Order: sequence, then structure tokens, then C-alpha cells
Amino acid sequence: MRDTLLGVVVAAAGLLTIPAATAAHHGAATFDTGREITLKGVVTEWIWSNPHCFLKFDAKDETGTVRQWAAEVQNPVTMTIRGWARTSFKAGDEITITLQPVKSGAPVGRIRSVVLPSGQTLYGEPPAAPK
Amino acid sequence: MPPGGPAPRRDLTGIWDGGLAGIGGSAGEAEREKARAPFTALGEELARRNRPGNGPRMVPVSEINDPLSTMGDPSGFPRLVTFELRLLQIEHTPRQVLMLHMFEKRWRVIWTDGRQLPKDPDPRWYGYSVGRWEDDYTFVVQTVGMDDRTWVDNSGNPHSTALRVEERYHRVNQNTIELTVMIDDPQVYTKPWMARNRLPLRLMPPDTDIMEMIPSASEAQAYRQVISSQAK
Repeated sequence: MRDTLLGVVVAAAGLLTIPAATAAHHGAATFDTGREITLKGVVTEWIWSNPHCFLKFDAKDETGTVRQWAAEVQNPVTMTIRGWARTSFKAGDEITITLQPVKSGAPVGRIRSVVLPSGQTLYGEPPAAPK
Repeated sequence: MPPGGPAPRRDLTGIWDGGLAGIGGSAGEAEREKARAPFTALGEELARRNRPGNGPRMVPVSEINDPLSTMGDPSGFPRLVTFELRLLQIEHTPRQVLMLHMFEKRWRVIWTDGRQLPKDPDPRWYGYSVGRWEDDYTFVVQTVGMDDRTWVDNSGNPHSTALRVEERYHRVNQNTIELTVMIDDPQVYTKPWMARNRLPLRLMPPDTDIMEMIPSASEAQAYRQVISSQAK
């Protein structure tokens, strides 16, 4: 039954063949798209909402100071297709997150991937198809 | 035999999906901008006021003033078919064609009872629409009376209340409709232009569960507070 339901949901979003490029309510002007950073952090809140879901977490910078980060992915419909859920994170989860930071240097970014406490990896964008 | 069989006569019933091209985003907006007619002087002025998240006038997230994504205003028409055109269920009644959109969980009424469009309508977010069958496989919708607070698309292209939109739903075969959208607003654009050029809509299984995708004002506010305002 679960497989059947998942199949219907996937079909419902009509994104079975979605390429790596993504639709969004905004483009990439804010983000340093040529740069990715990886942080170890602790989840403080997971917001499942439009126009973007976003993850709030604490992570230490290179001086050991804890910074409060916020990083976005796409909307709930699109992220459901990619295997994310409203229950993907809970406060206190220890994660390893890779993101594109904003150009300004603020602790804000766009998620590329997150490794969950279970070891599962969630991807912000679908992994590129093998060539 | 065409995919799924030949097109049924005068029938758009079903659940339809425009795929990634229907949703839009940066690639879709770039393509539309190539087709956009030049602005009039008024159009230039109106376009300068809009600070969109996509297209040639794209600004950083913190500077976007998109009424849809920053305030939770309705996307309005024609933006509902130029951006985030996700699943669309079409139903016929004796007097109307109903278009039920996944995005915003919004519906449009297309009158098919022979009525004329209003001459001087009070603006509405989604305008006033009438439709007719041009031939057995092409349903043509005319819409007027759109509220000029809305944008034509995600590039922040503006419009006036004089905007007139024509949609053509051409049933190619059982499984496919091609959607073409023309924008005609002589106050803002120097000539009519094509905002959608035969976008293919695929027929989905009849038991498809249409998900909910509603850009609420409170969620827009939370996004502004946590992401947009800090991203400067």
C-alpha cells in the first residue's frame, strides 16, 4: 500500500523526469553558486512551508563560535518528490550539511545535501543522472 | 494511432500536467523574455517598480517585492498559467469549463453559455473569462478585467487593467493538450506577444491525487524574517 501511495504522489507532482535544474520563486542572484561549504550542526527547527522549506541549525565557525544558520530548499511538493518530509528533522538532530552560502557572508544558504543521524543523505537537488 | 488514441471531440476533461516547463523558474522565464514585446513608456515605468526573483531584472532575495512570494497575494491571472502551472484538472458543466489548479488550490470559471465579456469590469485577481470551441479540438478562452497589482509572470512583467489574454487549448490527441497564451496590453506592450507557445500538457491517471500547494501569507512572512532579511 505504501508503495502504491508513493507512486500516486510522485505522479501527482508530475516531476518524474525533472532534471537537476530547478524551478523556484527566485533565481540564484543571492547565492555564491560557485562555492559549497560543509558544516556539522544541530537542528533547532525545520520549517515545512512555501515558497521554500528551510532548516534552522546551530554550527560552530572556525573560531568555535556558534552561529545560527538558516538554509533553504524548494517547496513541500517538490521536496516530497525528492524524498523529504515534514518529519525529516527534529530539534536536536546532529547533521552534516553541505550548502551554498549567500554572497553577503550571513549564515544563510541553499542546501545541497544533508546527512541525517541515521546516515541517510537527503539531496537538495536530484543527483545528476549518470552519463 | 496517436498516443493514447485520437483526441475526443470538444472535450478537455481530465487531470493535466505541464511538467517542469509548466512550473517555470529561471529557464522558463528566460525563454519567455525572448518572446516578450518591448515595453511602452508606461510599461518601462511599471516594470521598474517590480523587483522580481527571476528574469533579466532579477534581484537578490532580500530585495524581491513579488506580491505573491513576499505577501501571500494571489498569483492572479495570467500568472497562474505562466508560472507554477502544476497539475490542472479540467471539468465541463453545461454552462462552464472549470479549471482547478493545484497551485494555490485555485479555480477559474470559463463561461461557455454564449455570454459576452463585460465592457467595463471591476478588476478581479483572476479576471472574467469566456470560452468557445474554435473547432472540435481547439478551445479558445478570452479573459479581461485583471487586477493590475498582479504580475504577468515571475519576471515581474507588469500589466494594466486593459490587459486581454487569449488561451488556446488544442487537444492534439487523447493524452496531450497544447497550451498557447497570448498577452495583449497596448498600454504596457508595443504589440501582442506569446507567453506560452504550445506548452504540452500530459494527461494524468484519473485517480491522481492532486497535492496542496498554497503560498500563505504567514509562511511568506516567516520566510522573509528567517531567510530574506538575513541574506543581505
